[in-house]
Amino acid sequence: MATHRRIDVSKTGDVSVVKFLDRKILEEAAIQELGAELFALVEVDNRKAILLDFDGVEFLSSAALGKLITFDRKLKTAKGRLKMCGVAPGILEVFQVTKLNKVFDIRTDATEALTAF
Amino acid sequence: MSDNPSAEPWQRTVVLPSERGTSRLVTDDLLEQLGLYGWPQDEIFGIHLAAEEALVNAAVHGNKLDPAKRVHVECHVSPDLVRLTVTDEGPGFDPEAVPDCTRAERLEFPSGRGVMLMRSFMTRVEYNPRGNSVVLEKRRGVAPSPAE
Repeated sequence: MATHRRIDVSKTGDVSVVKFLDRKILEEAAIQELGAELFALVEVDNRKAILLDFDGVEFLSSAALGKLITFDRKLKTAKGRLKMCGVAPGILEVFQVTKLNKVFDIRTDATEALTAF
Repeated sequence: MSDNPSAEPWQRTVVLPSERGTSRLVTDDLLEQLGLYGWPQDEIFGIHLAAEEALVNAAVHGNKLDPAKRVHVECHVSPDLVRLTVTDEGPGFDPEAVPDCTRAERLEFPSGRGVMLMRSFMTRVEYNPRGNSVVLEKRRGVAPSPAE
């Protein structure tokens, strides 16, 4: 099993629940590392149902958005499903102004997201 | 340093190398000052985001991470106004030529959202004619008015 520095991964049923270890996702090096760890969940571990739980994340930049978009595309290509939850109001506003809330399936909390898989 | 935030605006000029990860040399102080001046958390979030995007754009896209080039930053923080001027030493660009990232065919592109985010969270975003310098302004309590 891969060692992660940017995320914590657990399993709830068939769903891999991913939590972020950084409160602010903005440093370029950290974002690259985050992207690599997320992509490996799909490309190495072959996980098909993934919940990104943003609980505790206070900030992310557009570079981090780019990684999330690429991650979503990789998962869709692998016929997987991605959901998100626990998104702070400011980050939710970022998703809304960029209209990425139409791309991502964003749920209020983990309970709602898990039942939606 | 401002011991009496209500009396004087905090102003600072910073010159940054064109490297990734240097934005914190500006944003750490900026966030501290915004807190001292009592700015609300939701507006601090937007100012932080806009500043981060402008600083990264200047170093990465403007100066192309050229070690010979610098990013020049002027900060002004008062209880009701924040103004940041970020200038790079690159050739400049036309911000109006940046494709609309919210159009259906661009929605899943992984980049190209920085300018749009600045406009979404700041009251005024204005580039100089050359396109290598941007003024970001946020008036406290005033909703942003993104460009069409």
